[in-house]
Amino acid sequence: MAIELIKEKYTGPINTVEIGAGQGMVKLGGETALPFLFREGDMPNKPLIALEVQDCEPSDWADPVRDAFGDAVKDPVKWAKKCVSEFGAKILCVRLQSAHPDFGNGSIDASVERLKAIAKEVKVPLIVIGCGDDDKDNELLPKASQAMKGSNCLFGIATQANYKTLTATCLADGHSIIADSPIDVNIAKQLNILMADMGFDQKRIVMHPTTTSLGYGMEYVYSIMERARLAAFIGDASLAMPFILFVGQETWKVKEAKEFGEKQGINWEIATAAAMVQAGADIQVLRHPRSAVSITKYIDKLMER
Amino acid sequence: MIIIGELINGMYKAVTRAIADRDEVLIHHLAEDQVKAGASILDVNVGPFSNDPMSDMRWLIETIQKTVDVPLSLDSTKIEVIEECLKITKKRAVVNSTNADIERMDRIFGLAKKHNAQVIGLAVDKSGVPDSREKRVELGAVIINKALEYGLSIDDIYLDPIAMPINVAQAQGIEVLETIREFRMICAPAPKIVIGLSNVSQGAKKRSLLNRTYLVMAIASGLTCAILDPLDKDLVDAMIAAELIANKNIYCDSFLDAYRKK
Repeated sequence: MAIELIKEKYTGPINTVEIGAGQGMVKLGGETALPFLFREGDMPNKPLIALEVQDCEPSDWADPVRDAFGDAVKDPVKWAKKCVSEFGAKILCVRLQSAHPDFGNGSIDASVERLKAIAKEVKVPLIVIGCGDDDKDNELLPKASQAMKGSNCLFGIATQANYKTLTATCLADGHSIIADSPIDVNIAKQLNILMADMGFDQKRIVMHPTTTSLGYGMEYVYSIMERARLAAFIGDASLAMPFILFVGQETWKVKEAKEFGEKQGINWEIATAAAMVQAGADIQVLRHPRSAVSITKYIDKLMER
Repeated sequence: MIIIGELINGMYKAVTRAIADRDEVLIHHLAEDQVKAGASILDVNVGPFSNDPMSDMRWLIETIQKTVDVPLSLDSTKIEVIEECLKITKKRAVVNSTNADIERMDRIFGLAKKHNAQVIGLAVDKSGVPDSREKRVELGAVIINKALEYGLSIDDIYLDPIAMPINVAQAQGIEVLETIREFRMICAPAPKIVIGLSNVSQGAKKRSLLNRTYLVMAIASGLTCAILDPLDKDLVDAMIAAELIANKNIYCDSFLDAYRKK
């Protein structure tokens, strides 16, 4: 007797979030089943890989990643252009690090000017991340958001303790938002609801469930993502958002990645990203361009039906 | 949890009057308020005092469909009335109901197949409401088998173990809860399981308290659907909390709002 596979039937799709305007616009999400289970549902948009650039020379990045870009890391615009023209990035993540009190405490206006310069030179959609200091970000991100009005960027990062300023400004300027939750599906849901209460369209939220590296509790992130996704599939609209993960940032800070040569570092980043693709990541921000190229090929292969 | 709103029923005097006067405004309000409060299906019943159930049901359905866009539960004992109503419902209807008598099942399931409707199957037959869980489960199985024979999907069957008034048949409360547990094991996937909640408190005092307590207990037993008054906010709050504790939904601090926004 032929064995019949048991197929799950789900009712709620993941939201589709568009980033960017015009030709280069990309779409995230839209899944109706767990990753790559094409017999159970669809995955209309392939998981994306973004490369990360910063608005200042990255003083704390591991050598193999800095070296991959050469002198371009000293000039954000050159760096961004290199990501696109040389490494084929379809989307960039710009971290406005220069404003952080521990990273030069640069002026907000200068940071915004550099963001505008990047946006002018590269024609790919942008993810824009603040410096990580709440007070500084609450000044910086509204200005950055206004400067990018009409570009339909993905701005971050909103947290449960600090989401109002960013939510209001993205609402006004027409951007999408990254909502952060520290490996906690309850907080993820709560933050999505709080932002929706401010009138922000839940369909413009991308969830960041927190990222970690291979060897540092990645399995827990995986299980949280799976739990949220299964809830979304059975109709919980407050968890039906695409996922973003900052895999580059997390892997290149662990010693296994940064202290045993470039090859191991790249493999570490690829291994982490490959697992997160299977967990349901819709977009991952990587740092090493060769990891990005490899994992993109891997995703293309998985998307063959 | 699937909520079937019960308020458009000729048992209520205001509804009987609205039907007699063809008062659309009251029916529109009842329909809109129930849907707003979380009902995903509305029960439609002209009540026992209607002189012309066929035309009254048709008027109710047409009136409701002018203002809300949800499936309707066609609540009538008369098969010819159900058949006529199935022709005018815009959304996929629920036939309320068949019992486990072969003759009625044949006609109701035949109609459901023809009109692509869902069916509520009552665990009751010619000999009346069973007084034991065993008999209820047996009748549930008979209904499921018959439905499958007609090519209906298990997803489209709601089994109703028949909740009884607490002041008349107190011992049946637990029997019904146990029946719900056993209904879940009749087939895989499990059928939907529904009760007419307000029956439990029929003729009793503190009806809202009895209703919500029983609903919570029934959810713990595996109930998936109830015909109830969605405007009873305490009742719906208790339902949301019970489903949360039963791990049907993911907790967050605003869990009541989260559920209602779904």
